[in-house]
Amino acid sequence: MTNQSEAVKERLVKKKNKRSPEFRGKVIILGSAGVIIIAAIAITLFLTSKGLQTFIANGVSPIEFLTSTNWRPTDENPVYGAVPFIFGSFAVTLLAALFAAPLGIGSAIFMTEIARKWGQKFLQPVIEILVGIPSVVYGFIGLTVIVPFIRDHIGGLGFGLLAGTIVVGIMILPTVTSIAADAMRSLPQNLRDASYAIGATRWQTIYRVLIPAALPSLLTAIVLGMARAFGEALAVQMVIGNARNLPDSLVEPAATLTTIITLNMGHTTFGSVENNVLWSLGLILLVMSYIFIVIIRFLSARRKV
Amino acid sequence: MATAVKEKEVFKMKDLNLWYGQNHALKNLNFSINKKEITSIIGPSGCGKSTFIKTLNLMIYSAGNVRMSGEILYHNKNLLDNKIDLVSLRKDVGMVFQKANPFPKSIYENVAYGPKIHGIKKKSELDDIVEESLINVALWDEVKDRLNAPALGLSGGQQQRLCIARALATKPEVLLMDEPTSALDPISTIKIEELALELKKDFTIVMVTHNMQQAARVSDETAFFLMGELIEKKDTDKLFANPSDKRTEDYITGRFG
Ligand SMILES: Nc1ncnc2c1ncn2[C@@H]1O[C@H](COP(=O)(O)OP(=O)(O)OP(=O)(O)O)[C@@H](O)[C@H]1O
Ligand SMILES: [Mg+2]
Repeated sequence: MTNQSEAVKERLVKKKNKRSPEFRGKVIILGSAGVIIIAAIAITLFLTSKGLQTFIANGVSPIEFLTSTNWRPTDENPVYGAVPFIFGSFAVTLLAALFAAPLGIGSAIFMTEIARKWGQKFLQPVIEILVGIPSVVYGFIGLTVIVPFIRDHIGGLGFGLLAGTIVVGIMILPTVTSIAADAMRSLPQNLRDASYAIGATRWQTIYRVLIPAALPSLLTAIVLGMARAFGEALAVQMVIGNARNLPDSLVEPAATLTTIITLNMGHTTFGSVENNVLWSLGLILLVMSYIFIVIIRFLSARRKV
Repeated sequence: MATAVKEKEVFKMKDLNLWYGQNHALKNLNFSINKKEITSIIGPSGCGKSTFIKTLNLMIYSAGNVRMSGEILYHNKNLLDNKIDLVSLRKDVGMVFQKANPFPKSIYENVAYGPKIHGIKKKSELDDIVEESLINVALWDEVKDRLNAPALGLSGGQQQRLCIARALATKPEVLLMDEPTSALDPISTIKIEELALELKKDFTIVMVTHNMQQAARVSDETAFFLMGELIEKKDTDKLFANPSDKRTEDYITGRFG
């Protein structure tokens, strides 16, 4: 008896063994998590300290930076007003979302609710291909197709917010579509059954039950698309015209935070005011991406209700 | 119609066969379901109970790859005609599922869903229907102060009664229930059974159940299915006291299934 319970005790008490696979697995996993966390903190700290140099070391007024519409870093009396770029970034992001949200959610519903087989077989691969195309290709197509089209049929030079919006809108479309389609697919089948069994038509089921049930996830899809649009540099730069003042219309050249950074990073010397203000623009991007993350977190917390 | 449907028969199956692809799931069913009675469908797992009950409101169509022959007469109309309006059929023949499936909406919106779908817009009218349906399922007193609270916050038994209320809100004639209590605790189960007995004053109920005591307690008639065939159907008391088929006897005495 005692012998047996001793044996049980022996088996049940945890043994510490540093060479067990259990322990090694734990170290690897914790290590990877640690690297990611440290990288995120380091980037934030670095960008913050660089971004604030403009105001601390170079004495540029943060109020001027955030409210002036003039960007003349090379003048005798240089002015650093980031408003045109902040405006450009928000305009491109919001307009692209306005373009991509209905199209993306519409195609997601089409491929999950209306033509399941067809959607699965053809649309899904098409979307995966669209996600994989590098942004420079989108920019190139924008430059050779969309810009001339706008110039000939709408007006202006073709370069501008409209061209940027269309290119970015098409770029984020597959992102929005695939996340929205996942959201629709993860709805339980019994919601559809319940609705059909009451006599609802497919369309009534979609707009009265399925879309409301998936709404938080659909909004997440849109916000993720917007985050991507906000951060996109290359493709936008190729079609937006890169002007430094506030555009008067959608077909006039403009610029965004990202395009101005990529355009100027190369010609400014590290540590100069001209270089530091670019870091400040980067800091705005970082803050915005944190805001997007907070919004997404908030939406996914609501989804669990 | 060649054969007249008797006044008290709501449904009448004639040589009903159903195939899922090659799988012959319902075989030559010939029986009827009476008005304002509770008919139980019993039988071992996989014998076609759910398949059968889903043919009565044609929800079976959503399974895809389904072929049927014979007739399902609902009053005098054959549901297997291709001119059936699913919207009005399902308004008349409501359904409650095994697992409570309220919409992720408020209690009120769940019950008002059916009437809204079927064109009722007036708030006062909807309010009345919601109240009446919730009273019908004995849920009104428990939820009348929180009609706008999310339905998913209710207990499992309350959710199932809410789903019954949702089905009743379209003022159906028939209520189909596929194992409505199999996911519920004994007390909620008794409540649903009492509810069914109450509801049969106004509605015709078809109920699938795995629980033979339940069939014995609530139903007027019981049908025993085995491998897609109807072995026998008669008054519940008679079927349990005095089954005419050996297989029925084996099943109800627990020798298989
Ligand atoms: N959607 C479907 N596609 C193909 N075959 C199906 C489908 N649904 C059911 N079947 C088959 O039809 C037969 C009857 O199934 P059904 O679900 O009607 O049984 P049941 O009596 O309800 O069983 P249970 O008591 O387990 O719920 C089974 O052989 C099953 O595999
Ligand atoms: Mg079943």
